[in-house]
Amino acid sequence: MSNDPGGRASVRPDSHEALPPIEAVKLRHPWRWLISFLLIAWVVLFIVDASHREAYDWSAYGKYVFDQRISKAALVTLQLTVYSMLLAVVLGVLLAVMRLSPNPVFKTVSWVYIWIFRGTPVYVQLVFWGLLATIYPSISVGIPGVTNLFDLPTTASFSLFWLAVIGLGLNEAAYMAEIVRSGLLSVDRGQDEAAKALGMSWSLTMRRIVLPQAMRIIIPPTGNEVISMLKTTSLVTAVPVATDLYTRSRDISSETFNPIPLLLVASTWYLFFTSILMVVQYFLEKRFARGHTQFAAAGDEGGLPEADVETLSEASPHD
Amino acid sequence: MTDATTTVPMVQAERVMKSFGSHVVLRDISLTVNRGEVMCLVGPSGSGKSTFLRCINHLEQVNAGRLLVDGRLVGYREKHDKLYELKPREAAEQRRDVGMVFQRFNLFPHLTALENVIEAPIHVNGHSKAHATERGKALLDRVGLANKADSYPAHLSGGQQQRVAIARALAMEPKLMLFDEPTSALDPELVGEVLDVMRGLASVGMTMIVVTHEMGFAREVADSLVFMDNGVVVEEGDPAEVINNPQHKRTQAFLSKVL
Repeated sequence: MSNDPGGRASVRPDSHEALPPIEAVKLRHPWRWLISFLLIAWVVLFIVDASHREAYDWSAYGKYVFDQRISKAALVTLQLTVYSMLLAVVLGVLLAVMRLSPNPVFKTVSWVYIWIFRGTPVYVQLVFWGLLATIYPSISVGIPGVTNLFDLPTTASFSLFWLAVIGLGLNEAAYMAEIVRSGLLSVDRGQDEAAKALGMSWSLTMRRIVLPQAMRIIIPPTGNEVISMLKTTSLVTAVPVATDLYTRSRDISSETFNPIPLLLVASTWYLFFTSILMVVQYFLEKRFARGHTQFAAAGDEGGLPEADVETLSEASPHD
Repeated sequence: MTDATTTVPMVQAERVMKSFGSHVVLRDISLTVNRGEVMCLVGPSGSGKSTFLRCINHLEQVNAGRLLVDGRLVGYREKHDKLYELKPREAAEQRRDVGMVFQRFNLFPHLTALENVIEAPIHVNGHSKAHATERGKALLDRVGLANKADSYPAHLSGGQQQRVAIARALAMEPKLMLFDEPTSALDPELVGEVLDVMRGLASVGMTMIVVTHEMGFAREVADSLVFMDNGVVVEEGDPAEVINNPQHKRTQAFLSKVL
């Protein structure tokens, strides 16, 4: 601290007795406390009020929330979500990789796919899938004009449920492709070059080096898409599939003339599934953060990894 | 055949040219690196030395001239006086024999140090995991990082990361090692540990081309020093000779700045 008058660097004392830790008065946050209190009071008031409000009809809610028809419909919604998202993720990764591949044919195919499926409303697409059997009564596999391997009667081959899965999945794939692409683009080009320099092929580089790193970027928006899909399944009535959670609960309420408790029932189930999906997402994110420290989360390159701490301590054995 | 392979130079560049669009980066490079030789490339930034290094590993394709590594044309196959572009698989095969170390290390951040080293031996060369792991550990030991095998790159200092990167390149048993400013991104006190590893490699006869600003290293380790500027080789020769007694004005000007 003090430069001695001779202008020489000050000599540090040999002893390194630890100073007592700083004891300061903690910064207070009275506004946070006040606002929290007001918010809690408001929520309590809302709940107390809601519990008495006749329109909510809690007895009907209690009756239907675990009704077999409802829980079966909830299962259908979950199945629609899982199957269509699986289709969307697989197809989306494929489309994204095609879009970024050096092959112009792949690039174009991917671009056109995304253009069409992202450019038209999912509801319209679902109606089209429902009309598949009307437009194409049978689907033939073979070389046109040369040979016909086999014919598939459309109605018998595709149930409405699976047409709904295809409709939702193919639409979602276009969005997933863009999410995956942004993830792939976020990976440093140096990674690509390092893999190339090791003699790795383009596909091996994608699979082993780029995609695993892109996952970190891809997962959060994908979680978003899954949750969004859970609710988009309510549109399958366009196919028409009438067994999903929302359509079924609406059907029930149209018999009972009591829609509000059934809306609450449906919301409860959607919220329940969403919560489970959020937990799954948390663990997936943790898994793919491998190699990225908790420090890295703050500022990517920066942070202060252990190594820096180490070199600091290595660098000061002089005294 | 065997006689020929032992006498052909490791790298032979004859009037190599490279441009990006209208921007000419390499004008006319003719250089020869013999087996077991260490060549240091120096020069101001933008002189084309890194680009030349990347051409040798076919990360860039040359536009004119001929570039041969171990007697084989880089990036092309010659048949009946005609050149054919290599298929990606063949190009990848060529790169296997050439190790490269980058300025920014480019370690795979999602893999541990050991996993970085054994990735290519397992998935490119098809070695068993046990075999690759054993060799990978030996290589990490060789660069002084046996105790860091399970650390992720983010937990290693720059110098340690670069040493892992060298081990990773060595795991493919390359005939030739390319170093693209391997110490330029390092804190000054970490430069020495990387140069030590490179010195060790040179002493066991590895053929190396090193783009560097470390004149001390060049003088001590290199068999030849090449000064490049503006896409041409300005001066070439014995390192001590070139450093102590540069003939060309541009070499003199450059050396006066870096020494």
